[in-house]
Amino acid sequence: MSAPERFLKRLNARRGEDPSWVAARRQAGAARFEALGFPTRRDEEWKYTDVRRIAEGDFALATDAEFDATRFDAQRLDIDAYRLVLVDGRFNPGLSELDGLPAGVSIEPLSQAIEANHEAVGGALGRLAGVDFSPFTALNTAFADEGAIVRLAAGTVVDKPIYLLMLSRANDQPVMSHPRVLVEAGARCEATIIEHYVGEPEAANFTNVVSEILLDRGAMIDHYKLQEASLADLHVASIHIEQGRDSRFNSFNLNLGGALVRNDLVTELNAEGAETHYNGLFFVQGRQHVDNHTLVNHNAPRTFSNENYKGILDDRAHGVFNGKVMVKRDSQQIEAYQNNANLLLSDRAEIDTKPELVIYADDVKCSHGATTGQLDENAVYALRTRGIDEPMARALLTLAFAGEVMEQVRLSAVAERVERAVAGRLPERFNLSDLVETAEAVQEA
Amino acid sequence: MLEVKDLHVTVEDKAILKGLDLTVNAGEVHAIMGPNGAGKSTLSAVIAGKEGYEVTQGTILFEGQDVLEMEIEERARAGLLLGFQYPIEIPGVKNIYLLKAALNAQREARGEGEIPAPEFMKLVREKSAQMQMDPSFLQRAVNEGFSGGEKKRNEILQMLVLEPKLAMLDEIDSGLDIDAMKIVAQGVNSLRSAGRAILLVTHYQRLLNHIEPDRVHVLVDGRIVKSGDKELALELEARGYEWVLEESVA
Ligand SMILES: Nc1ncnc2c1ncn2[C@@H]1O[C@H](COP(=O)(O)OP(=O)(O)OP(=O)(O)O)[C@@H](O)[C@H]1O
Ligand SMILES: [Mg+2]
Repeated sequence: MSAPERFLKRLNARRGEDPSWVAARRQAGAARFEALGFPTRRDEEWKYTDVRRIAEGDFALATDAEFDATRFDAQRLDIDAYRLVLVDGRFNPGLSELDGLPAGVSIEPLSQAIEANHEAVGGALGRLAGVDFSPFTALNTAFADEGAIVRLAAGTVVDKPIYLLMLSRANDQPVMSHPRVLVEAGARCEATIIEHYVGEPEAANFTNVVSEILLDRGAMIDHYKLQEASLADLHVASIHIEQGRDSRFNSFNLNLGGALVRNDLVTELNAEGAETHYNGLFFVQGRQHVDNHTLVNHNAPRTFSNENYKGILDDRAHGVFNGKVMVKRDSQQIEAYQNNANLLLSDRAEIDTKPELVIYADDVKCSHGATTGQLDENAVYALRTRGIDEPMARALLTLAFAGEVMEQVRLSAVAERVERAVAGRLPERFNLSDLVETAEAVQEA
Repeated sequence: MLEVKDLHVTVEDKAILKGLDLTVNAGEVHAIMGPNGAGKSTLSAVIAGKEGYEVTQGTILFEGQDVLEMEIEERARAGLLLGFQYPIEIPGVKNIYLLKAALNAQREARGEGEIPAPEFMKLVREKSAQMQMDPSFLQRAVNEGFSGGEKKRNEILQMLVLEPKLAMLDEIDSGLDIDAMKIVAQGVNSLRSAGRAILLVTHYQRLLNHIEPDRVHVLVDGRIVKSGDKELALELEARGYEWVLEESVA
């Protein structure tokens, strides 16, 4: 049996009848996946990322969504939010908090939308992330039966973050999940969306998520992807964004966990005044592998993109950054900036970085830069001469490196999680939040 | 307090210090003068523990402890602090983070708990006012974009907060305007006490008008060739180093 066949046979294990529009999609996804097979390193897009660990795996589908309540509290972000929880790809209503949604806000699990035979959802779903995008979107399309459908009516300003929490359990038999996220943001609405991937430390599952986010005219969305999967989890994600006139998208792609991680971020800037900010940070240790592929398509004049990705790599970890900006022939007066900086904390860590600017218009402002380096040993020395021990000095400097991206993070619960992880090897006494609080207090006084 | 005996140091096989002796007692202020390249910064760097210097002979004792056996941070925690001739910029690390982490490290070494936040805030605000530094400097990354004089004031601010037993100040006066010189000198003088000592490296008498030294040493070609009281600095200012060299050869 080929790898695609082995994966697809699990489709038979799914229960329930699909409405015909869903069934047709599944078939299309399965057929495409079967034809494409898993990518190999001969594919340009997968040159540095070997997915054999996924292809050679045998993953079941979860049959329930139980999760230990105490562990849940330790894993989730401590924020006041509208929360939708999936456990190994299955909806857990008990852990979710979807009561009291304000007018104009709809958040529902995909299963409910399918059950209600929501063709309205069907129309938008898959429009940005077609089965041809990659074998993984095809695979997702074949399997997706759970996820989050978020719809925001025009003019809605959502008072709390929308928190999509995807938990991965330590199962006897590893499982795969193919969540699907769809956000339809109406004109001029404002919202913060968090996709948070986390789980039990011993989890070793395969998550293959596809998100589609549509911003109508003037919509403003902050999107956080916080990936803290276990160190044995395999994680593939693609996030597709389409932006209308004068809309603004802030992406925070923060990756700390996972054994093998691939993120694709694709934005279509389709009308004048559309603006996107890509902020990325990853921190990998051991033998972790994180691959970020980003693409901004400037399809209209007077559009703006700014990208700042930072990577911190320790031990024998491997990182990939491939940032592509495409400017169409008639997209004049656009601005596109890109920066990628990497910090290697060990000699054996490795980073492959490739900025790509493809520009067919002539009246554009573009820049890009990529740097890779180590901690400044003179700075380590200077801190130590003040009595700060070496691990603490290195942690302070590592945090400082991440600082430029972290300063943009407006959700303190997210910032603190990431900063703690980045400073994670610190002695217990390292009290970052205390430092930050003191700094704030001094400023106020 | 500090006892340097027959110190020989090489950098990349080049001999820099060639048998240097120096004793500094508690309560004293010593000034080291000498021509460019004589080894003044090397001496303070070796005492602070900078890598890349090989001590081929001799000893450094601080309050009876063998300094050369101590880690860089242990030396600082023991009360040995170096103010740099060229303070470096540390982008992204706020001044206030450095001060707090450093102070708590020192307190911990003494078996004290972390400094309570209000007490710390009061302390740093008071000391920055003493150095006539706007509190906004505390929020800025260490020395990043600071003017030359601001960097030097920032070094003294660290001294005032950390209160070392022995402060070694390497050309703390270079790049300072006349007013800043007074502020820095006043900061250094406020550190003077019976239990503390200060080692100043300087090229100019001007600083010594503000901070009166108990002893003045002339370091030439890796050795202290002449020592005297504050009058020696005046003589050097008037006559240069030539005569000291001739005297020491004779
Ligand atoms: N890392 C190094 N590699 C090579 N030579 C060095 C190094 N560090 C110091 N030296 C040399 O050692 C000698 C002493 O330098 P040092 O900085 O100690 O002089 P100094 O007395 O402080 O001079 P100045 O008054 O100019 O500050 C100089 O000749 C210098 O070039
Ligand atoms: Mg010098």
